[in-house]
Amino acid sequence: MSAPVKSSSGGSDAQVLDSAAITKDLIGTFVITALILVPVVAIRTQLDQGVLTWHSRFTLAAVLAAIVVGVRWAMHVFVWNRRAANALKPAVAGAVKVKGPSLADKIGPYVSRGLLIFGLVLPILAYFNITPWGDKRTLDLAIYILTYIMLGWGLNVVVGLAGLLDLGYVAFYAVGAYAYALLSTVYFPIWFGSGIVPYAFYITLPLAGLLAALWGVILGFPVLRLRGDYLAIVTLAFGEMIRLVLINWFSFTQGPQGINVPKATFFGLPFKDGPGSFAEFFHITYDRIHFYIFLYYVILAMALITYFVTKRLRRLPIGRAWEALREDEIACRSLGINTTNTKLTAFAIGAMFGGFAGSFFAARQGFVSPESFVYIESALILAIVVLGGLGSQIGIVFSATAIMGSFEVFREMNWLKAVLPAGTEPIQFRMLAVGLAMVLMMRFRPRGFVTKREPTVFLKEKKAVSGDLVAEGHG
Amino acid sequence: MIKPWEQNPELEVQHLTMRFGGLTAIGDLSFNVGKKQITALIGPNGAGKTTVFNCITGFYKPTEGMIKLNHEGGKEFLLERMDDFRITRFAKVARTFQNIRLFSGMTLLENLMVAQHNSLMKSSGWTIGALLGTGGYKRAENEAIETCKYWLNKVGLIDRADDPAGDLSYGAQRRLEIARAMCTGPRLLCLDEPAAGLNPRESEELNKLLLSVRDDHNMAILLIEHDMSVVMGISDHIIVLDYGRKIADGTPVQIKADPAVIRAYLGVEDEDDDADGKAAAAVIDEAISHKPVPMETLLAAIETPTVPPKKMATKTPVKPAPKAVAKKTAAPKKGGRK
Ligand SMILES: Nc1ncnc2c1ncn2[C@@H]1O[C@H](COP(=O)(O)OP(=O)(O)O)[C@@H](O)[C@H]1O
Ligand SMILES: [Mg+2]
Repeated sequence: MSAPVKSSSGGSDAQVLDSAAITKDLIGTFVITALILVPVVAIRTQLDQGVLTWHSRFTLAAVLAAIVVGVRWAMHVFVWNRRAANALKPAVAGAVKVKGPSLADKIGPYVSRGLLIFGLVLPILAYFNITPWGDKRTLDLAIYILTYIMLGWGLNVVVGLAGLLDLGYVAFYAVGAYAYALLSTVYFPIWFGSGIVPYAFYITLPLAGLLAALWGVILGFPVLRLRGDYLAIVTLAFGEMIRLVLINWFSFTQGPQGINVPKATFFGLPFKDGPGSFAEFFHITYDRIHFYIFLYYVILAMALITYFVTKRLRRLPIGRAWEALREDEIACRSLGINTTNTKLTAFAIGAMFGGFAGSFFAARQGFVSPESFVYIESALILAIVVLGGLGSQIGIVFSATAIMGSFEVFREMNWLKAVLPAGTEPIQFRMLAVGLAMVLMMRFRPRGFVTKREPTVFLKEKKAVSGDLVAEGHG
Repeated sequence: MIKPWEQNPELEVQHLTMRFGGLTAIGDLSFNVGKKQITALIGPNGAGKTTVFNCITGFYKPTEGMIKLNHEGGKEFLLERMDDFRITRFAKVARTFQNIRLFSGMTLLENLMVAQHNSLMKSSGWTIGALLGTGGYKRAENEAIETCKYWLNKVGLIDRADDPAGDLSYGAQRRLEIARAMCTGPRLLCLDEPAAGLNPRESEELNKLLLSVRDDHNMAILLIEHDMSVVMGISDHIIVLDYGRKIADGTPVQIKADPAVIRAYLGVEDEDDDADGKAAAAVIDEAISHKPVPMETLLAAIETPTVPPKKMATKTPVKPAPKAVAKKTAAPKKGGRK
């Protein structure tokens, strides 16, 4: 049913949205969705002690219908519209000055600002309980998503910019987490006395980053001569090696038991009830939400630092060299660029942000064990970067939210039990759904959410580069 | 005849040999590239020209031989011992590729900025300085942009500075690649078939550009080219390769008159075709000095069974201008020997 509308927007005037046609299409979409949803979702039959009863769930049906219509509207505005405009381009190239920017381009700059403001006020919303799912749970999910956004931004340097396929990124996350765990529980108390422990997070955070970067260099040095598939395999093996060492080096890491570590404190003030705590210091009544809000702002700050540093790096010579490396390594060498060093810096900087995130993870969880650093984590972070598209940082925000958020949504979708085999929970199907989503994405939007590359420097006018021209890198 | 490339050359290649397994792509090749001269390296396809470039720019390590680059002030670089990127960075040799290698997803301006990577890295304090906001990185970046603008102007692409390189036409991509090589600040520029795929007007513009690079920037240019209008039009010195060996070395006038060159371009394969070669040389000789061809030479060639009739056709015209010979004879061999 999408065909007629697509062709009409690809007609004489592709850039101006044909609101009448879109409205018609959306009404049609709503009617069809309603027809499907009413029997399947809205009206629920139940076999209750031999009696067939039914109850209605119209709110849920309405929400689903609204989502369907909303997504279709978004597709009209952002996707089909632009694709139609692109299809039209060769015909008007040169002769006609291309008309004003599309809606997506126009709102682009506001999206990141809007996201930032939303990110800053979310804990306040949560505090006053204006969020779905209750305050702590929302914040916990937000912290979870932000961690993955930060990891995505870190890995983006390696995969998105330098074009090196790294399947073992979680190793650096593990290095960061264990650096915090071991330093704060074992070494700091020995070196500096136990008084240091409440402050350990702030001291180990930079150390964790440095250690991870060091490991990035140690791994990168022999590996970066390899290309493509070989690099992917070696990084994958490295990720597994770190995990196996963590499991088997019992005397150092306590193996699969894991390590209990002190949770993060507010510059030394622990979040607990009683004297010497955060609540007492600020004369407020103790509430666990304080800890969540604190963690949220910590990870938000760390993620923003990652964002701004990598954004700045991209505009510096090193960042341009990364992207040039992704485009053509031989040409880079012919221009006098030491490609080994350039790859190493990309690896080290990506690893460093992974280390920071790992140390935060440990301080939030209060516990680390090798189980948290399995291969699937690397794959998820990679999926986030690839889905984000073309080394785009904003794309990663969307893909991380979509993937990590969908996991949480699966917990809520108990109505799915109606269609799932007996005795299974919707949450068990989350990876399947993510895989399916990836397949669909690769089919319809192979370069990810963001399909344009933003130039790092311009003379007169900043023109986004179409994704078709941008190389993906080859390891 | 004075040979200015003999004294104080920019580049000396001595006894260069490059073997790939059993194949000797270059055999005992020696030549010089003069300072502030355009030197052309010509020869049929597969003669080993690109391999010579790859040896000079460090992409291949030669099996034997020496490649010495002389800077002013007596500084010498033995290129066969240096890494490829160090050759560009320290010895200041820049190159382009036979199959264009641009960063097609980056804009023209970005392509040229990447070429200034090393100097920009230094002024960005190896990134750390620029991240912390210290030092004059902003000024260095602006200077680099000015350099980019200069070269974009020079190759006539300034209006497209913010377009992706992949969107350019073939000819424009070739010019951009030259501009990018020039942005590395080289002393010796190596161009691998810069006129391939250009139309006559674009070739003409390329000639002007190369002459200006030589004269206004005091550069030495080493050029691989099949387009004889470019080769004969602008080069000061021509080296002819065939099967990895040098068969001629001299000024354009000398090369045009060299029988060995014509023979190579006519496609004489080996010594068995000696008669054929002699006939070819005689035809050239006739074209240049109006000496009649001895009948028995021609007959010997005709009777050699290996000579296809098509080859005879190229040899029969009487009294072509020497330049025309070079052009005409070059044409059939293009791609034919690969
Ligand atoms: N990397 C390589 N490995 C094996 N053979 C090569 C390699 N590079 C070039 N050759 C061979 O060397 C010969 C000369 O090639 P090339 O230098 O590309 O010729 P030209 O540029 O003069 O057309 C060819 O026979 C080619 O097959
Ligand atoms: Mg070649």
